[in-house]
Amino acid sequence: MSTRPTSDSVILRSEHLGRVVANKVLVEDANFEVQTGEVLAIVGPSGSGKSSLLRLLNRLDEPTSGTVYFQGSDYRQAAPRELRRKLGMVTQRPYLFPGTVEQNLRYGPLQRGEILSQDALEELLVRVGLKGYASRNVANLSGGEAQRVSVARTLANSPLVLLLDEPTSALDEESKLEVESLIQRIVRDQKLTAVIVTHDTAQAARLAQRALLLAAGRVVRSGPINEVLHA
Amino acid sequence: MLEHFFRNQLELGLAQATIAALAAMLVVLLARKRGIHLEGETLVAMLRGIVQIVAVGSILSLLLRGPRWTSGFLLAGMIVAAGATSARRAKGMPGAFRVSTWAIAFGAGSVIALMTWLGVIDTAITSLVPVGSMLIANAMNTNGLALNRFRSDVLAHVGEIETALALGAEASNSVSPYVQASFEASLIPAIDSLRSLGIVWIPGLMAGMLLSGARPVYAAIYQFVVLAMIFAASGLTSLVSTLLIRARIFTSAEQLVLQPGR
Repeated sequence: MSTRPTSDSVILRSEHLGRVVANKVLVEDANFEVQTGEVLAIVGPSGSGKSSLLRLLNRLDEPTSGTVYFQGSDYRQAAPRELRRKLGMVTQRPYLFPGTVEQNLRYGPLQRGEILSQDALEELLVRVGLKGYASRNVANLSGGEAQRVSVARTLANSPLVLLLDEPTSALDEESKLEVESLIQRIVRDQKLTAVIVTHDTAQAARLAQRALLLAAGRVVRSGPINEVLHA
Repeated sequence: MLEHFFRNQLELGLAQATIAALAAMLVVLLARKRGIHLEGETLVAMLRGIVQIVAVGSILSLLLRGPRWTSGFLLAGMIVAAGATSARRAKGMPGAFRVSTWAIAFGAGSVIALMTWLGVIDTAITSLVPVGSMLIANAMNTNGLALNRFRSDVLAHVGEIETALALGAEASNSVSPYVQASFEASLIPAIDSLRSLGIVWIPGLMAGMLLSGARPVYAAIYQFVVLAMIFAASGLTSLVSTLLIRARIFTSAEQLVLQPGR
């Protein structure tokens, strides 16, 4: 993942973004841009506000200051459901819904009244390396398989940006590498824009072109991945 | 045995209450031996209970001589008190008191009004207030159970709910499994009461009617009528409260407000 972004257009711009809850600063005055087609890593120590920042990008939480511009518009003007579909999120734990893999993959499109075609379903499963898993009960999946289903479920919504919150931190070493290479492949093949939160700087270096370093909720450094990680 | 010692009905009642309270405290002492401390809470609850019921009894004795419309005020007061009591089961849930009061008012209130209009409940204060209070009390319990279950289910499934939201689900869809589970769980006592009627228990109302000389078959049928009304009132209350509280735990931007530790 060492290629430069294919486009210079800014898809996400955070302006003075902040969130304070019960006098506790989670994110403070975060200013940064994400270019279309690039992978941006958000790194920093535990409790530095990485996941809080990602939740603000998806608008799962409301900023208490500043805002985010998505495709040039203040994201608070967009319908939250449509915004979240376009800014697809993959969480640390997969949180699959009870039922089959197929039901999980169909969930997102169904929320806006669309039925995921059988071809699209099969293609998604092939893409995440789970061909033939459609009728499997999610209760019987391994951690790595469950996270792959979670990625496929997010992709079923055709997001423009993929927000990944420590997607491999709950997995064993083998599954971690599998999911990481899956993310790498998907981002590259689909030319997806991605923002990945990780505490693993080696992973950040493998996946991203640029990085933000957070400390106590503030962006303390940003720029090309090697400069941020090795400064 | 007590009748031999107490000729006065009031003294007899106090003696009976003391013995019943001692039996309850005995259980508390047994629990204490196992390291479960309920002494303070039980004592306060029993003192509150006796004071409240005696106060209501005294008010009732005054109201029974008053015009029939006064029972409406009494029932309205009971609904507000029931709303406040069951809202305590929904700690941390925004607007729990309002939701509970509206749900009980709609659930129990509409059943009381309809049944009174149809003549199932007599308009006499001696009938309307006790039967109405039974409906309100059961609606309160059901509401408390529903809110409590909903709260714990939501707190235990924050990840699943936010995942659904992140996938573009409507806020109401993201919690629909928990709304359904809360509704079903809250109605278990009402269903069990209906199911076990006459086999496991003979409710107080029927016993009272028998003591006051009603025909046993009519007393039995009317007891069923009351339990069916309780079920209707409780079901409506639970339905309304889970639907109302569902909307309260999200912001206008469909963000989950109810979170552990917030």
